[in-house]
Amino acid sequence: MSALLGKLSWDALPYDPIVIGTLCVVAVAGCVLAFLLIKHKLLGVLWNDWLTSVDHKKLGIMYIVLAFVMLIRGFADAIMMRLQLALATNGDPGYLPPSHYDQIFTAHGVIMIIFMAMPFMIGLMNIVVPLQIGARDVAFPFLNNLSFWLAVSGAVLVNISLGLGEFAKTGWVAYPPLAGLEYSPGVGVDYYIWALQISGIGTTLTAVNFLATVFKMRTPGMKLMDMPIFTWTCTWANILIAASFPILTAVLAMLTLDRYLDFHFFTNDGGGNSMMYINLFWAWGHPEVYILVLPAFGIFSEIVSTFTGKRLFGYKSMVWATASISILGFIVWLHHFFTMGSSANVNAFFGVMTMIIAVPTGVKLFNWLFTMYRGRLRVTVPVLWTLGFMVTFSIGGMTGVLLAVPGADYVLHNSLFLIAHFHNTIIGGAVFGYLAGFAFWFPKAMGFHLNVKLGKAAFWCWLVGFFLAFMPLYVLGFLGMTRRLNHTDNPDWNIWLYIALVGAFVILAGIICQFLQLFVSFRDRNKNLDTTGDPWNGHTLEWSTASPPQYYNFAELPVVSDIDAFTDMKEKGTAYVRKESYAPIHMPKNTKSGVVIGALITAFGFAMIWHIWWLAIVGLAGAIVTFIARAYTSDVDYYVQPDEIAQIENEHLDNVAKG
Amino acid sequence: MSTTHMNTHDAHEAGAHHDEHHDTGGNTVFGFWLYLMTDCLLFASVFATYAVLFMNTAGGVSGKDIFELDFVLAETAALLVSSITYGFALICAFRKNKKGTLSWLAVTFLLGAIFIAMEIYEFHHLIVNGHGPQASAFLSAFFTLVGTHGLHVTAGLIWMFIMMIEVTKTGLTGRAVTRLSCLSLFWHFLDVVWICVFTVVYLMGAI
Repeated sequence: MSALLGKLSWDALPYDPIVIGTLCVVAVAGCVLAFLLIKHKLLGVLWNDWLTSVDHKKLGIMYIVLAFVMLIRGFADAIMMRLQLALATNGDPGYLPPSHYDQIFTAHGVIMIIFMAMPFMIGLMNIVVPLQIGARDVAFPFLNNLSFWLAVSGAVLVNISLGLGEFAKTGWVAYPPLAGLEYSPGVGVDYYIWALQISGIGTTLTAVNFLATVFKMRTPGMKLMDMPIFTWTCTWANILIAASFPILTAVLAMLTLDRYLDFHFFTNDGGGNSMMYINLFWAWGHPEVYILVLPAFGIFSEIVSTFTGKRLFGYKSMVWATASISILGFIVWLHHFFTMGSSANVNAFFGVMTMIIAVPTGVKLFNWLFTMYRGRLRVTVPVLWTLGFMVTFSIGGMTGVLLAVPGADYVLHNSLFLIAHFHNTIIGGAVFGYLAGFAFWFPKAMGFHLNVKLGKAAFWCWLVGFFLAFMPLYVLGFLGMTRRLNHTDNPDWNIWLYIALVGAFVILAGIICQFLQLFVSFRDRNKNLDTTGDPWNGHTLEWSTASPPQYYNFAELPVVSDIDAFTDMKEKGTAYVRKESYAPIHMPKNTKSGVVIGALITAFGFAMIWHIWWLAIVGLAGAIVTFIARAYTSDVDYYVQPDEIAQIENEHLDNVAKG
Repeated sequence: MSTTHMNTHDAHEAGAHHDEHHDTGGNTVFGFWLYLMTDCLLFASVFATYAVLFMNTAGGVSGKDIFELDFVLAETAALLVSSITYGFALICAFRKNKKGTLSWLAVTFLLGAIFIAMEIYEFHHLIVNGHGPQASAFLSAFFTLVGTHGLHVTAGLIWMFIMMIEVTKTGLTGRAVTRLSCLSLFWHFLDVVWICVFTVVYLMGAI
C-alpha cells in the first residue's frame, strides 16, 4: 500500500474479456457523445443551461436521463444473469465464473433500486410537484441541484467499480459477516458503501427540500386536502425518505467502522451482532419499497382520472390509504427475515401487519376501478401502462400476502418465489408507473409528443416479457430453486430457466422500443409539438403552463379552490386570461457549486474506497469549503422583468388560441 | 362578480409575493426543522444499536467499570449552560444588539469547546487503558454513539465560529439572524440528544 495511491495498483485493472469489451463500448460511446457535443457547439449549453441549473424541471429531466443510463447498465446485468442460468444447467459452468456472477447480481440490485428507480421517481417528482402546487420552484433550489449531483456521484462510483477493482459480491443487501472485512477483504463492499452513502444523503436532502416546498409554498387557496394526488403520494414518499434514509446512513456508517477501524458492530467476534445490521437495513429497506411505489400509485391516479375525464373516485380515501400504507410500511420490516428465529408471536405480529397492507392497497385499486366505471377511458400509452399495472401488481400483491404467512415463508424464503414476487411488485408497480408517468408528462416537460406506435410496442413487449421472465420464477421457487445460484444441476428446472431467458429478451425488445421511441419522437419533434400546454385535457395546474413550462412556471400565482384546479379554471373561464401587467419575478441564479461539490465528494468516495487518505481529506474539506463559500455568495438571485414575462405569456396565450 | 374575484385575486397575489420574496427565512427555518428530524432518526438508529449491544462486552469492561460520573456531570453542565447562553445570544440578535450577540456566542463557543475537550480527554483516557472501540461491541457502540454526538457538536462549533465572523463583518442582517436561528435549533437539539446519552449511556450504565 503506497501513500500516494493507497490500495490502488495495476492489479485493479480488469482482466475479464467481458468487462474489457464493455469498457471499450462505453469509451467509444463516450467519445462519440463528446464529439457530437463539440461538433454542435453544445458544451456551453450543457454546462450553462443544464449541469449548473437550479430549475426543478431541468433537474427532473437530468434525473430521468440518469435513470435511463443506469437502466441500460442494470438491464445488461439482468440479461447476463438470465443467460448464465440458461446455459449453466446440468452441471455446465456457463460463461460467468462465480466471482464475476456474484458482482453482477449485486450490481443489478443496487443499480435498479438506487440508481434507476429512485432517480426516475425523483425526476418525475421534480418536474411535476412544484407545478402541481403552483410554486415557482422548490424551497431550496441550490440544495436540489446538490442532491442531484450527489446521486450522480454515487452512480459514478458504481460505474467506476466496473473498470477499477470489483463490486461487492454480497447481494444488494450486503449482509455481514459476509460483507465484513474477514469475508470480503476487497474493495467491492467499499464501493457499495460509499455509492449508497453518498446518494442516500442526497436523497434525504431531496425529501427535506420537497417537504418544505409542499408545506410552505402551495399557491394561495390550496389546502393540504386540495393537493393533487400525485403530490400527496410524493409527500408521503418524502416523509418515508426523511424517516428511513437516516437509518441507512447510520447502518452503513457502522459497517464502515467495522471495515475501516476494526469495530465490532456486526462481526462474529468481539460481541458483534450481525442481525442488528439486518434489522436496521430492513427498517430502511422496507419503507424504501413504498418510497418507490407510492408515487407510482399517484401517477396511476392522475392518469386514470385524466383519461376518463372524471374526478378521481375517493380522493380522500386515496390520501388516507397512502398514509396508512406509509405508516404500516414501518412496522413490517421483520418479514424479510422470519427465519431469523424470533418467537412465534413476533413473527405472527409482523405477518399480520404485512397482510393488513393489502387493505389500503385494495382501497386504491377499487378507487381506480370506480373512477373508470362509467367513464370514457381514452386508451393512450399511459393508460395501457396503468391497465397493465393493475393486473400485474394484483398478482404481485397476492404472492406478497402469501409470503407474509411465516409458515409459508419458511419454505419460500430466499427462493426464486421471492425474486418473482418483488420483481412482480417493483416492475409491475413502480417501473410501469414511472413509464406511465414518463409518457404522460413527456409532452409537458419537453414540448413535443412521444411516438404512439413505439410507445404501445414498448408496453406490450414489457408486459409480455415480464410475464414470460418472472412467472417461471414462481414455479422454480416451488420447485426448490434458491436465489443467487451460479449454476444448477436439476433437469426439472431447465425448461423454466429457458422460458425466463426468452422473457428477458422480450423485455429487451421493450427497452429498445422505448429508446427508439425517444429517438423517433425527437427526430420528428417539429411535427408533434404540443403548442397548447394541455395535450390531454388535464385536471391539475401543471397543464395550465406552456410545454415546456415557462422557466418561472407561473407569471402570477394561480388562486385555487378545487382539487382539480385547472378543470375548475377551465369551467369558470378563468384559465388563459390575458393580464394587463405583471409584477417582476424573483428567481434563483444557476450555480456551479453543486457540480463542484459533487465532483469533490466523488473524489472523496473514491479515495475512501482505495484508502488514498490525502485525497479523501482534500475531497471532503474541499466540498465543505465550497459549500460554505456558496453560503456566502450574495449574487444568487435576480428578477425577471415584466416586459419579458408579458412577451412569454402572450406568446403562450397566442399558441393556445391557435391550438 | 368577476371584478370582485379579480380584486381578491390580486390582493392574495400581493400577499403571496410578499411572503415569497422577503420571508424565505421562514422556509429555511422550517426546512432546518425537517433536517433535524432526519438527524433525530440517525441518532435513534445509533441508540437502538447501543441498546442491543451494550451488554456484549466480550469478556471486557462494562459501563460500570469505566464511567466516571463526576467527570461526565461536569461535561454535561458545560453543554447545558451553553444552551442557555446561546439563548441569550439569540435574544440579543433579535434585538439587533450586535455586541451582545457576539459576546454570548463567544461564551457559548467556549463552553462547547470545553465539552469537546473533555470528551476527547475521556476517549483518549479509555483508549490508552486498552478500552478502545476495537475491544468489544459495547465499546464500539459507546464510542460511536458518544462520538456521533461529539462530531455534531464540533460541526456546531465550526458553524458558530463562521457565524461570529459573519456577524462581525456584516452585522445582524436578516440572513444572519435566520442562520443563527437554525444554529440555535441545532444547538438545543444536540443538548436534548446529550440528555438522552447521559441518561441512557452513563446513568443507566453506571448503575
